[in-house]
Amino acid sequence: MSYTIEGSTGTWEIVCGLEVHAQVISRSKLFSGAATDFGAAPNTQVSFVDAAFPGMLPVPNRECVAQAVRTGLGLNAQINLVSRFDRKNYFYADLPSGYQISQFEHPIVGRGEIEIELADGSVRTIGITRLHLEQDAGKSMHDQDPSRSFIDLNRCGVALMEIVSEPDIRTPEEAGAYLRKLRTVLRYLGTCDGNMDEGSMRADVNVSVRHAGEEFRTRCEVKNVNSVRFVMQAIEAEAKRQVEVWESGGQVVQETRLFDPARGHTRSMRSKEDAHDYRYFPDPDLLPLVLEPEWVEDLRAKLPELPDAKRARFISAYGLPAYDAGVLVAEQIVADFFETVARGRDARLAANWITGDFFAALNRTGKGIEDSPVSAANLGALLDLMADNTINGRIAKDVFEAMVETGAAPGEIVEQRGLRQVTDTGAIDAAVEAVLAANPDKLAEFRGGKEKLFGFFVGQVMKAMGGKGNPALVNAALKARLG
Amino acid sequence: MMLTEFTIAAARDALRGKQISAAELTMAHIEAIAELNPRLNAFITVTDEQAALQAARADQAIAAGQARPLTGIPLAIKDLFCTQGVRTTAGSRILENFVPPYESTVSARLLHDGAVFLGKANLDEFAMGSSNMTSAFGPVESPWKRSGGSNAVLVPGGSSGGSAAAVSARLAMGATGTDTGGSIRQPAAFCGLAGIKPTYGRCSRWGVVAFASSLDQPGPFARTVQDCAILLGSMAGFDPKDSTSIDLAVPDFEAACRRGVRGLKIGVPREYRADGMPAEIERLWQQGLDWLRDAGADIVDVSLPHTKYGLATYYIVAPAEASSNLARYDGVRFGLRADGQDLTELYEATRAEGFGEEVKRRILIGTYVLSAGYYDAYYLRAQKVRALILKDFTDAFTTVDALLTPTAPSAAFAQGEKMNDPVAMYLNDVFTVPASMAGVPAMSVPAGLDSQGLPLGLQVIGRPYDEETVFAVSQVIEDSAGFSAKPALRAGGGA
Amino acid sequence: MSLDPATVRRIAKLARIRVQEADIPRLQGELNAILGWIEQLSEVDVEGVQPLTGGAQIALRLREDVVTDGNQAEAILANAPDRVGCFFTVPKVVE
Repeated sequence: MSYTIEGSTGTWEIVCGLEVHAQVISRSKLFSGAATDFGAAPNTQVSFVDAAFPGMLPVPNRECVAQAVRTGLGLNAQINLVSRFDRKNYFYADLPSGYQISQFEHPIVGRGEIEIELADGSVRTIGITRLHLEQDAGKSMHDQDPSRSFIDLNRCGVALMEIVSEPDIRTPEEAGAYLRKLRTVLRYLGTCDGNMDEGSMRADVNVSVRHAGEEFRTRCEVKNVNSVRFVMQAIEAEAKRQVEVWESGGQVVQETRLFDPARGHTRSMRSKEDAHDYRYFPDPDLLPLVLEPEWVEDLRAKLPELPDAKRARFISAYGLPAYDAGVLVAEQIVADFFETVARGRDARLAANWITGDFFAALNRTGKGIEDSPVSAANLGALLDLMADNTINGRIAKDVFEAMVETGAAPGEIVEQRGLRQVTDTGAIDAAVEAVLAANPDKLAEFRGGKEKLFGFFVGQVMKAMGGKGNPALVNAALKARLG
Repeated sequence: MMLTEFTIAAARDALRGKQISAAELTMAHIEAIAELNPRLNAFITVTDEQAALQAARADQAIAAGQARPLTGIPLAIKDLFCTQGVRTTAGSRILENFVPPYESTVSARLLHDGAVFLGKANLDEFAMGSSNMTSAFGPVESPWKRSGGSNAVLVPGGSSGGSAAAVSARLAMGATGTDTGGSIRQPAAFCGLAGIKPTYGRCSRWGVVAFASSLDQPGPFARTVQDCAILLGSMAGFDPKDSTSIDLAVPDFEAACRRGVRGLKIGVPREYRADGMPAEIERLWQQGLDWLRDAGADIVDVSLPHTKYGLATYYIVAPAEASSNLARYDGVRFGLRADGQDLTELYEATRAEGFGEEVKRRILIGTYVLSAGYYDAYYLRAQKVRALILKDFTDAFTTVDALLTPTAPSAAFAQGEKMNDPVAMYLNDVFTVPASMAGVPAMSVPAGLDSQGLPLGLQVIGRPYDEETVFAVSQVIEDSAGFSAKPALRAGGGA
Repeated sequence: MSLDPATVRRIAKLARIRVQEADIPRLQGELNAILGWIEQLSEVDVEGVQPLTGGAQIALRLREDVVTDGNQAEAILANAPDRVGCFFTVPKVVE
């Protein structure tokens, strides 16, 4: 699926690369022992190191390094056993030391790739250029006071992984798919929770446009876009803007821009020209980071099964269609839920129930799967009740609704409400007789050749039996009775 | 003997033997400070009340038989070490009201070992200087005077000029300093003291206001080599809060002083014999070599071919690191804040007002050499030359155990001399800078006096982590030199 | 490598130090003297030499992921020239 913009000079295509800043899951910060929890009271999670007091020094956190390596492994990327921390020097209110400790020339992770699945079922591979560790900055608030901005350094020094994609993305849809897949992989690995609304995952979007077959033209960066939807909108808006500039005979100027979701356009950020001279140099307080190969291999061995591998396994081991498998592996917790339900049962049925009624119920009640009123065990038990004919599919749906409401086990609900399927042929025959007697005209039509009415009779018998009739037996009884 | 004339070693014995009390020892120094500091300006902040309390606690500890290595010993702390609850200025207007909420590791170790802190010693602003004339709190006057009745006010050297002046004038028994390009060794030489820059990583930099991170190293001043060894024994040690701190046990430096030099090979780097070196320094150097030879060492010629590039390398690397380290002084979280309409104005006004001229110069040089287009030609190249300088030392140490050189190219100069040209001031560090670039331990020992009665020092340079050999060699120099001169301006002296 | 006044101004801007116009010539002279003297490094043959970046020849030590710090807002803010409650303040920044 391609995305092009028609202009007066021809057709334009988009070239896009994403730089994602992902906050590392760790208890303490990258270079200090302060906590990283979200939402703490201002300046309560700040070490003197984070606040850049005189004489303070950084000491790196092993777990943050491990998280970066795990992420690199999950992106099929090269792990650089020797990497280096550099200082990126600039002045800003949320950057107490006047420099950010980052990695410039020698990042911890090199080239990798990630597969994305698009709506039409096609698969594309998007290249990863590199991943490096860096410090997050603090937060400044500009709307608390008429003449002053307020600074909270809680976030200052939290570990970030900057994940840079190759400029392989060609459509807004691909960008969305890339972000969603990346988020899934990070969540599987447990290295980042991917909560864009909480700011633990942010995207800078690099956009340029060109005619097909051309070299790359100048790109602009749209900074700090904090939702997948906005990323896709920002790409469209920025691409259109650039096309207009080129078509009117102008030059796109390389600059940093912000996306304004309310207006649906990008605007230039105030004077960041100086900021481009970051004067990178190796941080003299930190020696080169050297990783032992055995340590990396140990991390590799302990990685969880990742989404692509899990999807492939769901297709081959459970016989699921690719689409269903894809839906189930999007969140690891859902995949685990599925496997609990599917174990020893009809996996395709399990998948259908989960992606159908179960997800619908979660949506309706506004709950996440972690707070699901229906446990995996109970859903499995519901499938068991159908499999051994205790209830039929129609009744199962009612039982399921009751399970959602009460959180009770299906067996209890069936007993309490007397929903057992009726298999007593005598009762079925009696119901059949009653229905035929009540509908003589329809019976006559049927005898006259309107065979479709068989379904009507089935429905009526089931209704008369309160839905509890065993469908197969009801069918058989009607067939026998109607000849 | 006057209480202010004791060495640390002698005072330690006298305190434990209860011949003197910590209270009177500290009081004698407090009185000396009151008498002489108004003139010498060796201290920016005097903590007499705290010192008296610490001394009282020291006496209690001694009485309870719980004396530690430095219990009751009164010291001056260079005002670059953050001292909890006690103003720490780094000699700068920009930190003139900064009260640290934490104690530097090195000063904490000294306190843990029972030391008494008399106050914060003056220094060149942010440790940038060789004369202690760039301090925002006024210059330090050296307690030494040229012979023949000269009234010229001399510099104590820098950047740790206040520390050196205090110890030399007997206002303190010892002091901490920091050495980045010679800031312990050069003032030690100018003031007739022993002073050592340990191996980089031997002492923790946590809590020391950073100047040049890959070069800064805390170290002690004292009037004898043994006293320096005692102080370093307490100051040194692994600190997990400093990533560049070395995880090695602290050797018994004091014991090492008594090793002697029999069988050691002492290298004489030919490149230190610079053109125009004053004859008396050349003579003193030869004398030092003779002393070591007489004590049983072999003297070997060596070559450190990149010596002459040490200063230029230093004046690229140190300002570059400083330009980044000093970016945090911006008026937002501590220190001076000047008015500004917006954030940029706030930064620009605060830093213009808060930093002195030398600091500004070095920040600008550092910013320039790191800036786009110049990084390769300056900073990267300097770090390569630095690697060559280190290799010079490493190669030399395959044939010798230590090196002997002069510490400084002259004795102390007067305030006002060498002030017109920053480069002329930088040349003071020509002998000390190479050891800083290589991170090797180096010590200055008072070896003699020049023709005007001013102290001259010799520098002993050793292998990484081999301060023990440095102390051993320095002790022999000290024993042979019999340096006994005292400055004109000193506690109880004729001033 | 000689600095012109525009470069001096640019560096001062990067370093966030206000330099009065009247001081530019003096500063330019001093900086050029230092830079001229530093030029001698260009004579050194550094072919194939790896730059030395740290002062210590040891590997970077990592620490355990434990919360050991923080919870000291008052100490963090105690030296602040201007604060409102638990926030540092600066003149309002417009992005």
